Amino acid sequence: MDFYDRDVVSIRDLTREEIESILDLSEKMMPYATGEKVNRVLHGKILGNLFFEPSTRTKLSFESAAYRLGCDVIDVSEMSMTSISKGETLADTIRMVDAYCDLIVLRHPYEGAARLAANFSINPVINAGDGAGSHPTQTLLDLFTMRQAKGSLDGLNVVLVGDLKYGRTVHSLAEALTMFGAKLTLVAPDTLQMPDDIVNHIKEKGCRPVKTTSLEEVMDKADVLYVTRIQKERFPDPAEYKKVAGTYRINNSMLREARRDMVIMHPLPRIDEIAPEVDASEHAKYFQQAFNGVPVRMALLCAILGGEL
Amino acid sequence: MDVKTIKEIKLAPIRNGTVIDHIATGQALNVLKILGVNEYMDSTISVGIHVSSRKSAEWKDIVKIEDCELDQKTVDKIALIAPDATISIIRDYYVAEKFTVTLGDRVMGLAKCCNPNCITNKNEPIETEFVVISRRPTKLRCSYCDRALCNISDNLL
Ligand SMILES: [Zn+2]
Repeated sequence: MDFYDRDVVSIRDLTREEIESILDLSEKMMPYATGEKVNRVLHGKILGNLFFEPSTRTKLSFESAAYRLGCDVIDVSEMSMTSISKGETLADTIRMVDAYCDLIVLRHPYEGAARLAANFSINPVINAGDGAGSHPTQTLLDLFTMRQAKGSLDGLNVVLVGDLKYGRTVHSLAEALTMFGAKLTLVAPDTLQMPDDIVNHIKEKGCRPVKTTSLEEVMDKADVLYVTRIQKERFPDPAEYKKVAGTYRINNSMLREARRDMVIMHPLPRIDEIAPEVDASEHAKYFQQAFNGVPVRMALLCAILGGEL
Repeated sequence: MDVKTIKEIKLAPIRNGTVIDHIATGQALNVLKILGVNEYMDSTISVGIHVSSRKSAEWKDIVKIEDCELDQKTVDKIALIAPDATISIIRDYYVAEKFTVTLGDRVMGLAKCCNPNCITNKNEPIETEFVVISRRPTKLRCSYCDRALCNISDNLL
């Protein structure tokens, strides 16, 4: 699978085989990601971390991934912020940063920013989230975590719960899971259900998602329970929010109905949608999931910059 | 006069100009918008809305503009909202040229994305770009933000 010099803008740009090859490489990166083994295969390369919007977790995991492979990182966040205030176009910023590094990681508040960057940049661009748009490396690490926990991605029963309307991670995750023949259950209050656009897209790919408002009813079917945060500000009435947030709060008693090998994931940060008591259970995989950002991003950097492991 | 002729007379023939025929019914006003019809125009325009079609049992709209030939960009825009439209260039009462509009696989710089948070709406030095995802009815997806374009006729540039 040739990833050399390629942009990764949307999960839709990747085929199932390409996703699998990245996950396989991520698996091989595990001992290097923990520091157990050392490899400097990207020595001499420079990664430009271009963050127009704060996202500490994503930024740190890219930095960590780069350093683990001996790749240098330049932080262009501060410069990009000043460019915005001076009114410089993103196209100009990109053309300049492109000259300083071998690969650009871009986080930007506007949707489509990564596509634009990829069009203007000679070096490859990895999208680290653009507005409510794509965040393909998050999707890859989510898939990696599921495969790690369940052994395979084929035909998994995945229950997505919480804010499915605005939560961008669940949109591309739903699309990617469809490529692997997953059965999707979408649990959300009606006002926060998955947008029709995405639902139609996954239907076209042959998935028949089930929509419901009740998590209890579907809890016993899940292989994976993917929880997202419901934001208070999405609700005009605070009482409505309390009612909804309460129903989807995962605690140990709620998990009595769950399969023993069911795994719980969450893109983090969580507020109170998963009770701390759940952390100690075998189900909890969200901290592992956060760590998995490193091997997955290492795999991508290595494949794109042409490092041989 | 037979029925056929009476139908013809509903919109008077033009001497020189363009006839846009087989417009999906209801779209004639949007075609006028594309043509930039306003009170300062020099040409005469006649519009038929909900006219019975000679070719099929269906209804259609029709627009005739005198002393005016359309540029490619205008024709491409018409293809977006009236994919079956035919365009006849009339010179001295004769059809000098006749063609059906065509919608390519990509639509460049003809419409703006309806997502206000899309990078294409932020003064960047780029042309908008949409991929045609369905032809009947016409559905476009923004190549930048991936959002489906809602209400094409309201978002034409
Ligand atoms: Zn757009």
